[in-house]
Amino acid sequence: MNFYVIYPEIAVLVLALLLICADLILSAVETRRSLGYAAIMILGGLFISLFYQYHIDGSVYFYDNLFYFDNYAIFFKQLFLAAVVMTILFSLDYAEKLRYSGEYYAMVLFALIGMMVLASANDFLTMFVGLELMTISFYALAGFRLDDKKSAESGIKYLIIGSVSTAVTLYGISLLYGMAHSLDFSVIEKTFNVFSPLGVAGMAMIVAGMFFKMSVIPFHMWAPDVYEGAPTPVTGLLAMGSKAAAIAVFIRILFTAFLHITDYFMPVLAVFSAICMIGGNIAAIRQKNIKRMLAYSSIAQAGYMIVGICAATPQGIKSVMFYAFLYVLANVGAFAVLSVVDCQNNGTEYKNLSGLSQSAPVLAMVMAISLLSMGGIPPTAGFTGKLYLFTAVVESGYVWLAFIGFIMSMISVYYYLKVVRVMYQGSPDNSITVSGSIRAVVLISAVATILFGIWPQYLSILTDFAAFTFLR
Amino acid sequence: MDFPLLTIILVIPLLAVGLLMFIPPSSFKSVKVVAATAMCISLGLTIYAYVTYDSSIGGMQFTQSIPWISDLGVSYSVGVDGISLPMLFLTNVIGLAAVFSSWNINVRPKEFFILLLILITGVMGTFVACDLFIFLLCYELVVIPIYIMVIIWGSTKRVTKEYAGMKLTIYLLMGSAFMLVGVVALYLQAFPAELRTFDIAALSNAHLYGTLSQSFQIIVFFLLLLGFGTLLSMFPFHTWSPDGYAGAPTAVSMIHAGVLKKIGGYGLIRLGLLILPAGAKFWAPLIIILGLANVIYAAYIAIVQKDLKYVVGYSSVSHMGYVLLGFAALNTISLTGAVANMVAHGIMSALFFAVIGYVYEKTHMRSVDQLRGIAHQMPRISVGFMLAGMSSVGLPGLIGFIPEYTIFLGLFKVYPFLAMLAVSGIVFTAIYILRVLQKVLFGPRDYGLDKYKDAKGAELVPLFLLGTVLVLFGLFPQLLMGVINSGVAPLGPFLQELNNVPSLLVTLGGIW
Repeated sequence: MNFYVIYPEIAVLVLALLLICADLILSAVETRRSLGYAAIMILGGLFISLFYQYHIDGSVYFYDNLFYFDNYAIFFKQLFLAAVVMTILFSLDYAEKLRYSGEYYAMVLFALIGMMVLASANDFLTMFVGLELMTISFYALAGFRLDDKKSAESGIKYLIIGSVSTAVTLYGISLLYGMAHSLDFSVIEKTFNVFSPLGVAGMAMIVAGMFFKMSVIPFHMWAPDVYEGAPTPVTGLLAMGSKAAAIAVFIRILFTAFLHITDYFMPVLAVFSAICMIGGNIAAIRQKNIKRMLAYSSIAQAGYMIVGICAATPQGIKSVMFYAFLYVLANVGAFAVLSVVDCQNNGTEYKNLSGLSQSAPVLAMVMAISLLSMGGIPPTAGFTGKLYLFTAVVESGYVWLAFIGFIMSMISVYYYLKVVRVMYQGSPDNSITVSGSIRAVVLISAVATILFGIWPQYLSILTDFAAFTFLR
Repeated sequence: MDFPLLTIILVIPLLAVGLLMFIPPSSFKSVKVVAATAMCISLGLTIYAYVTYDSSIGGMQFTQSIPWISDLGVSYSVGVDGISLPMLFLTNVIGLAAVFSSWNINVRPKEFFILLLILITGVMGTFVACDLFIFLLCYELVVIPIYIMVIIWGSTKRVTKEYAGMKLTIYLLMGSAFMLVGVVALYLQAFPAELRTFDIAALSNAHLYGTLSQSFQIIVFFLLLLGFGTLLSMFPFHTWSPDGYAGAPTAVSMIHAGVLKKIGGYGLIRLGLLILPAGAKFWAPLIIILGLANVIYAAYIAIVQKDLKYVVGYSSVSHMGYVLLGFAALNTISLTGAVANMVAHGIMSALFFAVIGYVYEKTHMRSVDQLRGIAHQMPRISVGFMLAGMSSVGLPGLIGFIPEYTIFLGLFKVYPFLAMLAVSGIVFTAIYILRVLQKVLFGPRDYGLDKYKDAKGAELVPLFLLGTVLVLFGLFPQLLMGVINSGVAPLGPFLQELNNVPSLLVTLGGIW
């Protein structure tokens, strides 16, 4: 057993446990901010160290194919690390208001381990462990504001619907095990009989479970309520991390375990993606609460990323990875601003953002840039990302999907602009103070969003490398 | 050319944006001075480029190319030829005029000028880009600043400014969605995987290699036509234009009507005609019909409008019809006319919106019924009004005459009957323009208006600048036509070959 390949997971786990211990030692009245900073520093170091792990030979695995440490997994681990580091950075202020802020950081880290395991899982058992670790942490995080009814509702709702989907996934896995006598993705690929009813049923159940995590219509019902009620930074992490992790493992299942049925499955997936893009964007128009709006918009974003999967080519996978990264950046910007507004204006309705351009010009600008990146307007990265996605899928023959994608992304600009309008047109009710850590994180996200929009060269090379070693 | 002139012209407004970010929002004057200085330098350099451009050689000059995104085949490449140089000049002239016509803005001027400069940079970028990716980047860059400017500094009259801004934005974005699909298809189809490029010159050669089949060109051209046609306010996608202009602040109306619309015509020529010639030829009859509808229908509506901004809004729709006609006649004369008409209409509509902006700013009235005889109170503004109006009617000696005449000349060679119909549009134009001029400027003196002052100081800059260009290019049309001709004339043999390509009429005739 080569323990070296799970060093990021071990490091995060040790860190999480240390944070819990430190939380016990610190006196009750003292702030837990220092724990957040410690986590940021160590995770940041881990993020950088992963740059040195990219390798030409993609066959580094742990314990009999259970756990792959290929470039694809490394890229997604970096993505999750970046998302978590930035989330912690902008939730430092928010966490002060929570009753158990020490545990908050630890829970976020446990969710992170789950995501990182998912990126590497090459076995249904590993996948299940990662999935549950992530989801259960999120159940707790969603209900973390004990004083808030909505937060409690959000936690319970997520728990109940999440458990059902877990049960469905688990049942699917057991059916597949009955067919193939193995849980290893690569073994299933070789033995799995595509056309047996049991196999198809098992596969459909697993896919449904994945769709639930990615909040693909019609498995999306939980998303708006959970997003609305959960503490704002948690919503952000749910939108970026949870979704990206599900997509990471979904792609691996699809192109290793279910490789032989991809030809039959891709048209179905294309239909799901179109439904997501249309439904998510249209439902988002009517929302009053920005978190709910972002929930529907994240459904649409899942649709865009599935577009890249439909291409079923290395270019397609690369475009998904590219898009996932800039989606994280855009969400960091949007949710960082929202969490400030939530703290200081007590709410995330449209009216709470009124006049933000005058009370906090930087926040308003970053919010606008992030939302326009989600909408795909140049010079933000969203435009480049969509261009990659849609060129990949047109090349695979789905011109209609690109058509729907472009049109729906222009429609999405309508409701993103409604936010911009409120921020720039209204007049502010009260002044807003922006702390240093918030300023840092919003500027990082905005600068990176613009940078990858006008000059995506390096990110493109990195994703190219990871995608082409994953799917030759 | 080693000296990156065009890049500097592009970067100067952006540098000014950077500078403005650090100026405190309360220092109104310095904000305006910075913006004006940047546009002055930009215009100066553009004039330098215009003068030193070698028309005898033609082709792309002042070029610069840097590899940008290797896996997509994008390079940052800029350059101007006889078609884009007049448009760049137009953008800078109107940009400077727009800065000065906003001199009296005292509501959040810092944000206003930042957005205005970004807008101008985006428009300039589309005209100098030699790479389709850079073109698209700049093309969509302009949409958002316009929206924010309309909803904050716009005016609510017949439609609310929120409605106007959103209508403007959604129309343009929907148009660009169609165009993007077309561009992606074109990009993938033109070259095999390793050679793919967004370089416009390379894409223009793709049809020679036979990778773009005729039916492919027809479909993709139609998509581009939807995108650029919407931007150009082609009938029936023109309704955003009057509403949008009515709601927008003066500077946005000037830039939008003056140059942004021209991106539509420019794109049709640069991307539509040069890359997809068979598609252009196929749809030409349809474009002619729609162009005629623009010319006559919009002019007809303009006759009954009460609000001055609506009159000019419909008039600009009507004038863009001539551009469509010139484009679709597909010969060198008509194309020269089309490009020249874009410049001419740009200058005159910017002047129109500038003077209407002044009148509205001072009197808070825009209706033809309320304003009477303002020449008594505002002689300087009236001069600008007259110049723009007369140029719009096509008075010889002003900028509007030669381009329209050239278009009719080119059109007459191909469709004599339709050309006569198009000429009749001038009559309608004369009706609505003369009616407005007579009522608003030269009625009996209304003593109720005596309290309003004439334009003075910095407000005169746009009138003087645009008026000078209007008369200068009118008296010496060769200044303009010479440059344009150097860009269009080399297309002669290319357009000759198109005569053998079937058009929509042939196809319809075959079915019949």
